[in-house]
Formats: sequence, structure tokens, C-alpha cells
Amino acid sequence: MTHAPADSPPKRGVGARLARREDDRYLRGRGRFIADIRLPGMLDMAFVRSPHAHARLLSVTKPEGAGEQVFTAADLTGVSGIRADSGLPGFRSSVQPILAVDKVRHVGEPLAVCLAETRAAAEDLAELVEAEFEELPAVHDMLRARDPQMPLLHEHWDENVFLETAVDTGFDQAAAKAAVTVKRSLRTARQCMAPIEGRGVVAVWDRNLEQLTVHSATQMPHIVRTGLAGCLGLDHGQVRVVAPDVGGGFGYKGILLAEEVCAGWLAMKLDRPVRWIEDRREHLTVGANCREHAYEITAYAAADGELLAIDCEAIVDSGAYSSYPFSACLEAAQVASILPGPYRMQGYRCRTWSVATNKPPILPFRGVARTGVCFALELILDAVARELKMAPEAIRRRNLVTPEEMPFSNITKKDFDSGDYPEALRRAVEAIDVAGFRERQQREQSGRKRLGLGLSIFCEQGAHGTSVYHGWGIPMVPGFEQATARLTPDGGLELRVGVQSHGQSLETTLAQIAYEETGIDPAKVKLVHGDTAYTPYSTGTWGSRCIVMAGGAVAAASATLAGRIKTIAGHLLQADPESVVLADGEARAGGSAVSIEEVARTWYLKPQLLPDDVDPRGLEATEGYKTVKDTGTFSYACHAVTVSVDLDLGHIELLDYVIVEDAGTMINPMVVDGQVLGGAAQGIGTALYEEMPFDSAGQPLASTLADYHLPVAADIPAIRILHMETPSPLSRFGQKGIGESGAIGPPAAIANAVNDALAPLGIEVTEVPLTPERVLRAIHAGDVKEAQA
Amino acid sequence: MKPAPFDYAVAGDLSDVTSQLAQAAGDTKPVAGNQSLGPMMNLRLARPGRLIDITSLAPLRAVEDTPDFVRLGAAITHAEIEDGEVADPTSGWLRAAAAGIAYRAVRNRGTLGGSLCHADPAADWVIVMTGLCATALVAGPEGERRLALEDFITGPFKTALHAGEILTAVEVPRPGAGARWGYWKFAPQVGEFAKASATVLIDEARGRLRCAIGALGRRPLILDSAQSLIDGSLAPAEALRAALPDRASESLALHAAALQRALDLALETETPPG
Repeated sequence: MTHAPADSPPKRGVGARLARREDDRYLRGRGRFIADIRLPGMLDMAFVRSPHAHARLLSVTKPEGAGEQVFTAADLTGVSGIRADSGLPGFRSSVQPILAVDKVRHVGEPLAVCLAETRAAAEDLAELVEAEFEELPAVHDMLRARDPQMPLLHEHWDENVFLETAVDTGFDQAAAKAAVTVKRSLRTARQCMAPIEGRGVVAVWDRNLEQLTVHSATQMPHIVRTGLAGCLGLDHGQVRVVAPDVGGGFGYKGILLAEEVCAGWLAMKLDRPVRWIEDRREHLTVGANCREHAYEITAYAAADGELLAIDCEAIVDSGAYSSYPFSACLEAAQVASILPGPYRMQGYRCRTWSVATNKPPILPFRGVARTGVCFALELILDAVARELKMAPEAIRRRNLVTPEEMPFSNITKKDFDSGDYPEALRRAVEAIDVAGFRERQQREQSGRKRLGLGLSIFCEQGAHGTSVYHGWGIPMVPGFEQATARLTPDGGLELRVGVQSHGQSLETTLAQIAYEETGIDPAKVKLVHGDTAYTPYSTGTWGSRCIVMAGGAVAAASATLAGRIKTIAGHLLQADPESVVLADGEARAGGSAVSIEEVARTWYLKPQLLPDDVDPRGLEATEGYKTVKDTGTFSYACHAVTVSVDLDLGHIELLDYVIVEDAGTMINPMVVDGQVLGGAAQGIGTALYEEMPFDSAGQPLASTLADYHLPVAADIPAIRILHMETPSPLSRFGQKGIGESGAIGPPAAIANAVNDALAPLGIEVTEVPLTPERVLRAIHAGDVKEAQA
Repeated sequence: MKPAPFDYAVAGDLSDVTSQLAQAAGDTKPVAGNQSLGPMMNLRLARPGRLIDITSLAPLRAVEDTPDFVRLGAAITHAEIEDGEVADPTSGWLRAAAAGIAYRAVRNRGTLGGSLCHADPAADWVIVMTGLCATALVAGPEGERRLALEDFITGPFKTALHAGEILTAVEVPRPGAGARWGYWKFAPQVGEFAKASATVLIDEARGRLRCAIGALGRRPLILDSAQSLIDGSLAPAEALRAALPDRASESLALHAAALQRALDLALETETPPG
């Protein structure tokens, strides 16, 4: 490691709590988001959407005289639907039409697009479009999607399943040794991601470059470019994607949308700028669906709490289509590979089904499958602990992978790189004061408010690359991540990266990394990102990969640039370039120094002063980066929460919340805290509030934020974050991906705390969100059981 | 979504509004704070052809403070009540209720009368004004009439207003010496409508005892067993089971808990001065 040793803490480089460079514009309301873009002559788009979940589309009739204001599938010549196949054996392929053809498969599927000077006028026009349907029964329940009586969504399939997977590693042998067997049915609700800003696109045809420029609120501009070029039948050179400031993504903004393809086609067709700004109703009911899992999980344990084997059948409600680029089976395939969590076990069996239903496609949301998996595994572990009369911390201690075993290859061949999981547990137990809490819980055990304590512990694979993803065969496999570092003539530094920063604070943290290599003040570093015209190709911002991959690439490019600066500086200082040190904006050798600004000016404007052996590639370097091994960094965390459950109201109050988190080397601890807190708030939403229900006709029942409940500031307790810092041996500075971690642990920890509170009553909750209604139903069902017993 | 096209006019005077409403046969709607109608229009679930803005009509902005009651104009905002900018005959009960409505942005624009006319069963004023034995003052083409709040609200999102009528004011009786009050609602998140709510008024000096339950998906339920509930001889769960025999047990338990907590609050409240 090149950063300063602990006795002289760095102020601007790796490890510095540097204030975020992007905050000045955000806090003053000066960000430029997709809806802030106004182009001359721009038209607004509004979509006519299906009112039915499953129906044959008999006809779509445009209003008379609509001319070039209304378009249907018949108009979209040369446009292909969206297809994202997995290479896994048995995957059934779907094509998501840009505008519906012949059939609609979920409520809100676009049938036609209307254009007008304003969105309101476009919606007026949309009301005049008439469509005829022949309704079909809807597949609304993922547990019944495979019934042979159910209608087929995709009629060339033989069942409503995108993909079925099965894995069995020594299951029978391990399970046979079990002293206890505990089985549960567990479920997580369908959710919406709900970034503050929804999706949006402004498309314009550039006549000079003969290029379609698509401004899109996206977190993966290069992948959107590839997807758009494919759907529109264009060369990549004819498509440029630009992400402006983006107000949160969480996975939704990595997806290629039919609406984006439509906007691109319209801009070319009309030779006029067009835009679509998703509204919250579209967002909730059509766009951003995620998370819906069901687990039948059985744990096999020895009498001392040793976890011998896990058996699981998991169903993921994948919705109607396979989304580009992550496909319809990312969630379920992940379930099978990460369910064993941070624990040792001897046997493991898991079958998964990615089922097709008449709902919007399910998309990867922060944490992807991990939130559901952590919920399932940590709940079953507590159930085993209750069965064995063990403390929840004791059963975890018994089974966690230890630091002595690191690096550890687990039962699904996940390579944990480093860490001390038992220590994270120990610190969480100490911080939440388990002993003190148990005393208080005992004292207050007879009231109408019951106290409970819950734990969850998990690890998060991040920044995993080629070797992991090529096996899944989805349209996108990450390889080397590239970055460009370029010195400007005044000694400033420009960094160009293909990832996109929309809350990750990369404008700050990548500048800190460049400072490590070049000594250039982060205030003089400009990050260029989100524009395919200016940045190296990248799969983008997802999978907790940026700080490892883009960070590593920026370090590599900055190091190359630093070498070239030293060559010129050595010449100017009459010193051996090898002896030149870059610090605080200067190149120093012996007792003399020259400013980096002077070095830059020499290369660009006074070449007569350059040494003969100067590198002709100049003060601009592009480098590619991969981790030492691309199996991913494994950050991990232990969440500990105490709750009070009101038995009359079903209301859960979070009393205290502790997160012990190991992000490896922290580039900027404030940014790590921000990521963890933001994620935890979303995880609390999953645990307590967020639910996107559908009725038996496939109609979405939460179409506004009055019905879809997000956590608000007053719902989030003062979460205490304790850091551990075990460097990853795989990454440039020892940093680990941490972006999703906070969102993974809360549903498991909170549900475990509620079950701890209700255990004396013989009541267990098995489904999130734990709304008052759901908790009350569980309590009253328990009462009924007690009354009958 | 954006609203369908509509016309907008600012009302001149009260008779102008009532005659326009009577003539327009439902296509014209009076609007004040627009905190309920506005979102429904944006979703195109409500599509009036014309809005008449009544927020600045003098009688709707008036406050009359008398020894027996305070009359609050229908266009008084929640925030004005919360901030004590208008008289509160209950020495703080109204202010406290107003402060718990939705969140401040809604309170800044939303009005007392608008909330009552919208008649959401879970709304604060619907249950609070019923619980306080308030009276609705209504004006229409046929003149003025007075209705007890429990007669004004006739069902979920339904009122006794006839075509052409608007609510002009609400009369809140001044409680007698030693009166006690409890209002309790269960809204798990800030800004949410209540999942359960109840009020208890114990005003022996004026002969008013009232226990009312809100958020039932219907108009507020006024329990005829207030005396037994207050003296403790009848449990809330029993009273509710008798009044709502068709409800599921968890629903009854929830509303009974709300009533119990309102009773607890009432029995521990300080006597308002004067």
C-alpha cells in the first residue's frame, strides 16, 4: 500500500474524511437532472398502457387526424424487442416488445406512444386511443405459476418458468446426521425501488454526426448504448448515451427500457427532440418492481447447534419478461449460490424457479437476491436456536467461518477473501448490550408491549468479474475496467471513467485515489463520467463494483501518468526521474521542486524544454484494471436491533440499531457511512413498510405513494455504525465493495427481533413487510391456536 | 400524470358560488386547499370541468369567538389552527389535533372545511369534530342550514351537502369547566392517514359525554355506551364487539386499543382553564 502510515493520517488521499465534491451543486439545487434538460422543439411523450394483466390485443386504433403524433407497434419498422437470454441450460427466452404486439402480459405494458407540446396534452391524446382486448386469466401468484392449469404467458413455452436450477452438494449424507430439523415457509413482498428521481430520457438526432444522442437517467450508459443500438438496428457509432446528474438508481437505472428504445426511434423518425419523464404511477406500477421471493427452507443441525445442511426450494416471481441486461434469472440463480451465507456447512441442496407471471419484470434492487436470502437463512437459524434453546449469538458463533480459515472457499465455491466474521458478531453483541437487554426484556415480559432482539450477519460479494458472470451467460460480462487520467495544461487532472456516479460519491473518492498516485489536490480533479462519447467502455455502476474496479483503474492510470510526470520533472530538476516524488501538487527531488502545473505547461506549450526520452504518449494515460483474482471482494456486516412490539396495534418500534461493518480499507469513511445508512433505510423499508400487492386479476394495488409506503426520516432510528477494516488482498488499496450492504441486513434482523419478542406467545412472523396488519394477523392467529389447544 | 383540461375561476361572493354550483350539475367543483382533489385530478380519477376557488370568500375566512362556541370559517387552514392564529375554544385540543394532520406542507394549504367535505373516514377533523359535538354550517341556493357533524358526514367520502351547497363554517362548542378530552390515533408513519382513531369527551358541566371511533371505513361510530366506558364498567373491546359484530377480531382489537388509549388520555388530561 502506498498511502501514509497510521501515525500520520492522510488528509486528502485514501482514508480521508473528505467532504463530498458533488455536494456543493446538489445542496444548492444546482444539479442538472434529466427533467432539467430542455431542447428547442422538444416534444413530450405519453404512453397508452394496458389496463389488463393478460389479454390478447385485438386492435389499437389511433384517433382521427392524429398524424405523426400517435404511433403503435405497426409503425416501429426496423425495431426489435428487448431480449436478454441467459446461457444457463434450460433458459426459456422471452421478447419484450417495445410496443405491444398481439398480446399484453402485464398491466401498464405500452400499447402506443403519443407526442405533444406538453405531457398533459400528450396524455389527452393518449385517452383518445382505443384498444380492443380479449381478456385471459392472469397468472398473479408465483406459487401457482407452474400449475398445468395456469395459462401460459409465452405460448411457445411448456410452463411458466424462465429457468429452473438445482444444486446438491453432499446433502443426504450431512442431513442424515442431524439431531434437529427445522422447516419454515418464508416470503418477501414485491417491492419498488423508488429512487427520488424516476427514469427519464431525452433523445435527439444529431444531423452533423449522424448520431442519436440519448440523454438518459441511467447508471449503465455503455450497456444502454449497446442495448439501444441492437434494438434500433444502428451501429454503435450512431448512438451516444449521456447520463446527466442521476437521482439514485439502485439497479432500476441499469435496465434498458422499452420507453428508451421508443424515444430513440421517435427522435430519428421525427428528426425532433423527444422526451419521456416517468411519473411516480408509472414507476410504481410498471417500472421498478423487485424482490418478490418465496422460500421453503429446512435446516439440519446437530444438538450443539452445528449447522449440518440446508435444503431449500426458492421461487422468484420474475414477472412477464426477461430484462436487459441482467435477465429474468439473476435473482434466483444468485439465491442458489449465496444462500449458505457466511457459514460453514457440510451439505447443501437448493432448487430454484424463476417463474413468469403477469406482472412487470422483476429487476435487481440494491442487494439483489441477498436481502431475501439473508432473511431466509437468518430466520431459519433463529428458529433452530429456539428449538435448541440456544442464544442467537451462540448459534451464529458456532457456525461462522473464522478468520483462521480465510481465505475460505464455501460450499457453493464462493471465495471469501478476508475478514473476521465472529469479531463483527462479538462487537455487535457488545454494542447492543445483549446481556443488559435480556434483563430488561425479562422484567417487562408481561405487558402489552413486548421487547425483542434480533441479529443478522451476512457477507456481500462485490466487484466480481469475468469468471463469475460468464458462467451465467447473460448479455453482459464485466472484464477489465478502464480509466483515463489526463493532465490539463494548467496542472489539473481529468479522470474519465465508464461507470456512472449517482450517489456513490465517485467525484470525491476517485479524486482521493488519484491524489494517492499523483499528489494532485482532489479540488483540482475533474471526473468525467456517464457519457459514452468521452469515457472508456464499462458495464457501469452495479454490483458494488465501482470503488474496487473504477478505483483500481483510476489508480493504475494515475500511476502511469505519475511516471510520465516524473520523467519530465526529473529533466527540469536535473534529477534522476526515479528519485522524483510527487506530493502536494509538486514534483520534488533532493532539495528542489517544480510544480506539476509547470510540468504540464512544459509538455503542452514549451516542448522545447522536454527531455529526449520523453514518452510521446504524453500526459494522458488509459489503463485497464482487474483485481488480483476476480471472484470478488467480500465485505460483511452484523446488524443488531432491539424492538418493541405493541400487541394491540401490531406496531413495531425500533429501539436501537447497530451495524458492525467491514468495508476493507475505507477510501472515505464518511462515504462508507452514507452508503451503509442509506442502504439500511431501504432495508428498513423492506422490513416494515414497502409492498407492491397485486390482486387476482393482476392489477397493481399501490399506484401512488399514499399506498406504497416508503420509510421516512422519522422512521429511521439513530443507527450506530462500527467499523472494522480488514483489507482485501485482492484490490488495489484493500477496499471492498460496500454499496449494497446496508440494504441486506435489516429485514432479517428486524424479523428476528420481532420473533424474539413474540416467542413467549408461541408466535412467529414469516413474511415481510411486517405491517401492523400482518403482525396483528399473526398475533390473533396465535391466539386462536392457543384458544383451540 | 397530469390533470385533464379544466377551467378555473375565483369566487366573487357566496351566492355567486352556490348559484354556479347549482347550475353546473356536478361538473363544477369548489376548491380550497386542493390537497385531496388535486392529487385525484392529477391521476385523472377526478375530472371536473371547472374549479371555483373559494379560499378567499369572507364568510369562509371568518372566525367568531363567543362564550358558547367558536365559529371557524371553512377555509381556515390546518396550519392556522396549529399555529394558534385563530381562536381555539378548547384551549389547545384543536391545535394539538391540527399539528398531527399529515405533514406541514399539507397543513399549510389544506383547510378545515375541505377535509370535512372530502369526508375521508380516517381523516383527523372528521373524527375530532364529531367527537367535540361540533356543528356544520351549510349555505346553498335554498338558504342556510345547520347540521350536527355526525349528520353532516353520511358515509365514507359522503356528506349531506345537496347540489349547490357548500360548507361555510364549523361551530365548535366551548367545553365547560372541568371538561376532559382524549384523541388518539394510530398512524405508524408520519403523514399517513390513521389506521385507527378514537376520541373521548367528558364534559359534565355541559352534559356532553361522547366516545367516537374513526378510521372504520365508514362515518365515525358514536358509541351509545359512553358513560359505562368512561366509568370503566364496560371494556372498549366489548363495546366495539357489540357495535361492530361483523368485524374480524384483529380489527376489533385494534380499534378497541385506540379507544382505550383515548380514554386513558382523557382521564389524565388537565382541566382547560376557563
